[in-house]
Amino acid sequence: MSTTSGTASSPDARTRMTLRINGESVDILFDTYKTLLEVLREDLGLIGTKHGCELGECGACAVLVDSRPVLSCLLLAVECEGCDVRTVEGLSQGSALHPVQETFADLGAAQCGYCTPGMLMTASALLERNPDPTRAEIREALSGVLCRCTGYLQIFEAVEAAGRILRGESTVKPPEEGR
Amino acid sequence: MSPAQRQARFTVVGKPRRRVDARAKVTGQTRFADDLFLPRMLHCKLLRSPHPHARILRIDLRAAADPGVKLLLTGCDMPTPYGILPVSQDEHALCLERVRFVGDPVAAVVAVDEQTASEALDRIRIDYEPLATIASPREALETPEPKIQPYGDGNIHKKVALEFGDVDAAMASAESVFEDVFFYEGNTHLPIEQHAALAAVDPDGKLTVWSATQTPHYVHRALARVLGIPAAHIRVIATPNGGGFGGKSDPFNHEIVVAKAALLLGRPVKICLTREEVFYCHRGRHPVLMKLRTGVQADGRIVAMDLQTLLDGGAYGSYGVASTFYTGALQTVTYEVPRYRFRGCRAFTNKPPCGPKRGHGTPQPRFAQEVQLDKIAVALEKDPAELRKMQIAKPNSLTANFMRIGTIGLGECIDRVVEGSGWKDRRGKLPFGQGLGLACSSYLCGAGLPIYWNALPHSGVQLQLDRSGRVTAFCGATEIGQGSDDVLANLVAEVLGIDPFDLRLVTGDTDLGPVDLGSYSSRVTLMMGHAAIQAAERARDLIASAVSRRLGIPLERVVFAQRRVFDAEDPDKGVPFAEAVQIGEAQHGTLGTTGSYRPPESEAKYKGGGVGPSPAYSYSACVAEVRVHPETGWVEVERIWIAHDIGRALNPVLARGQVEGSVYMALGEALLEEMAYRRLPKHLSGALVHKYPSLLEYKSPTTLEMPDVVTYLVEQPDGAGPFGAKEVGQGPLLPVMPALANAVYDAVGIRVDEVPITPEKVLRAMADRKSRRFGPSDFPRIDWPEALRVAPPAEGGDGTAANEKPRRRKDDAIVAPDVAPTGLPPHPSTPEARRGVPSSSPASQPPEVLR
Repeated sequence: MSTTSGTASSPDARTRMTLRINGESVDILFDTYKTLLEVLREDLGLIGTKHGCELGECGACAVLVDSRPVLSCLLLAVECEGCDVRTVEGLSQGSALHPVQETFADLGAAQCGYCTPGMLMTASALLERNPDPTRAEIREALSGVLCRCTGYLQIFEAVEAAGRILRGESTVKPPEEGR
Repeated sequence: MSPAQRQARFTVVGKPRRRVDARAKVTGQTRFADDLFLPRMLHCKLLRSPHPHARILRIDLRAAADPGVKLLLTGCDMPTPYGILPVSQDEHALCLERVRFVGDPVAAVVAVDEQTASEALDRIRIDYEPLATIASPREALETPEPKIQPYGDGNIHKKVALEFGDVDAAMASAESVFEDVFFYEGNTHLPIEQHAALAAVDPDGKLTVWSATQTPHYVHRALARVLGIPAAHIRVIATPNGGGFGGKSDPFNHEIVVAKAALLLGRPVKICLTREEVFYCHRGRHPVLMKLRTGVQADGRIVAMDLQTLLDGGAYGSYGVASTFYTGALQTVTYEVPRYRFRGCRAFTNKPPCGPKRGHGTPQPRFAQEVQLDKIAVALEKDPAELRKMQIAKPNSLTANFMRIGTIGLGECIDRVVEGSGWKDRRGKLPFGQGLGLACSSYLCGAGLPIYWNALPHSGVQLQLDRSGRVTAFCGATEIGQGSDDVLANLVAEVLGIDPFDLRLVTGDTDLGPVDLGSYSSRVTLMMGHAAIQAAERARDLIASAVSRRLGIPLERVVFAQRRVFDAEDPDKGVPFAEAVQIGEAQHGTLGTTGSYRPPESEAKYKGGGVGPSPAYSYSACVAEVRVHPETGWVEVERIWIAHDIGRALNPVLARGQVEGSVYMALGEALLEEMAYRRLPKHLSGALVHKYPSLLEYKSPTTLEMPDVVTYLVEQPDGAGPFGAKEVGQGPLLPVMPALANAVYDAVGIRVDEVPITPEKVLRAMADRKSRRFGPSDFPRIDWPEALRVAPPAEGGDGTAANEKPRRRKDDAIVAPDVAPTGLPPHPSTPEARRGVPSSSPASQPPEVLR
């Protein structure tokens, strides 16, 4: 990591470092004051990550840092050197959706879609460490992400359905033609 | 064709499906307004008032200058007033000479980035002269001066009074009369997406504005008005909204400011409001104080209802005149109310303006009536479910206030939740601390009248088909998460026998699609739906006639299904859909059709009868089960059973989501959420400030608070709806709050006649051994105007008021011209104002602006 000219307090100070994002190493130069959220959206064009408050209150901006969900609006990008950052853009494999994306789409877990990326990243982290969570564990894991549309129930069902797919108990329905 | 026959042949409608825009949403690729970036784009920030009410004496912009700052704007740069209702054009893009609430925008900075703009805001100096503030409607009634708005009567924005039949006589003949006072606190939409807008000047000099708006058509009109450029040179694109709930239905300051800035600078300008600013935009649920008197027969049948409402409107008109009428208009649609008097009053206060939130003006009086019915049931020792069932409004009838009702599935709704919850065996029989409560409601499926009077369709759909088999549907309707795009694709695909995913949709764009009035009043499924079906049937007929001729199939036997067009009696005789389009194109030329919809004329001819009529009404019933902790007052919701009369569910996955989302939002209102304000102490300016303009402090339910919900979709197709469909986005919210209040009574024997039902209120009611109640004690005396007297249909009325002066017929105009509200003084820059036209408000002089 290197910091460009400018005093410590100067907002002009820029930082150059290498971030590991969605499995790729990215060399990046950014304003040092920027949060991870801002660097993702403004400097890297990863606008799949949303924001609802930029104060750590809504959870919409959740991304995975070293497999753990964190609020990207509360984390400075400079704190992420050497970390593995994963965003919604890295959830699918090419054009094949992650099971949790498939079930969110099929079961009405995304209405306006604004909290969805944060919800998906948090849910995928849960399923990664516990592919068979109870309803209570799902509620607990997702409690930091607010959704104003769904009432959460279809989200819980989608996470449970994705768990069944990840455990090999059911398969992703073959997508209908044209999807 | 009978509904049953239609249902038999449905291939898309009614099937649980992935919504057409799901993939974009789960991959994060939906482009919300703040996700748009254009080359050379600049960023805008607004400076907002720290005073709840003050004159602006001087604006000193000099210190804000900076190489990174490209433009500074103040009110005098956009002096034309605007507002959502033609009768309340009382807003300015930036305040002219006065601020009216903490958060009213005064100046704008456009800079190379948000950081530079924010820093420049801090360097703007504004001198204010604070004015006395009005904190509540009671204060507004008692304090006519200083006037917050130059129009209205003192600080009273609007008073309405309507009477349908002789209510006093009916009350006198009633076996008993129940009288209660209720209060419903204000709350806000809290969409997770903050409002954002981007404006750019196109290469040909025209203006494009992308915005997170539910009503691009109304934003379009406001922009044309304030910017003074032809509407045809302005394009508004409603980006998919990250939640709306009514909060993005007004034209907003920031939309006009970025448009003006883009025009002046010739560069794209974007703004994204902070979460705190979203709280200041508000336009949420009005706090309403209500006095409800209901006369009943010995068996509990209603003979008359007398309702008074007092609304806290905040500082501007917004939808307030409509909101005021809505606190009364739908009270007659759920149960039979033979005689009805409604008087409503909206006051101005120095708080962010209230407007339409999911249920617009209806949840408050519904809470009052449903809680009172529970009290009546207890007093008459009747089952609250039976008391309601025996007096449900009649299908295919006209209410006392001339609302035309079609189908009513409420009886079945009540049966379903009663059965599901074990109501008959469990209500009144659970251990102390546990209880069940029931409530019902109805809601409109689209306002019968547009916001500005016009003779045009409320929704239009255009289809374009080509030889590849492509079908593109164009419509101004706005996707706010409710699934309007899916409804459009669903209905067109159903008629043309293709898959919804085959369609290409162009929506929410005023340049490319026919006008749809917007995503409000639960109107889109019904109105856009009819337009879509009409356009699709016209396309189908064109193709069918050509295919019939070409393949020698009798026209009446041509069927569209499974992406084929074929002979119903010989399915092998047919062609793929794309080939059928080619045959159609060969015969008719380029294929394109349109469809449009305008609601039927209302039978409510009296003044004020424009609010409430709808092509159809949906019905809901809810049972709530709660556990009340007597030591803490905490109300835990164990389970909700809710049945909604949807007419027909076009996509049950989405319909269920709307019901559960409504229940969720209702629970937030019922138990947690409030837009509350407090006065700071004198030494801290004495300002009237929002108690908690943050998501952390404004408590909304998380995954941990959301109870299980059992949803029943009751399908009794209504002839007025597309394939029989009615609304589902707002109605299911309405019965939840009163069901909870009634469940709290069943659990611990107390009445909380207020929303939200907080632990503190529960404890205070439990501590009051005498009344066992918490709630407002009185309704202030209001000097009501003489009520317009309208005889109900059953008493020979024709929908007009006996004591109303004949009104000017608007029918001659195609589009009514905008009218300024009466009493608004001339704009400060006009010669009349400079000559000093008398005004009861403090001197209106434009502030000095130093650049």
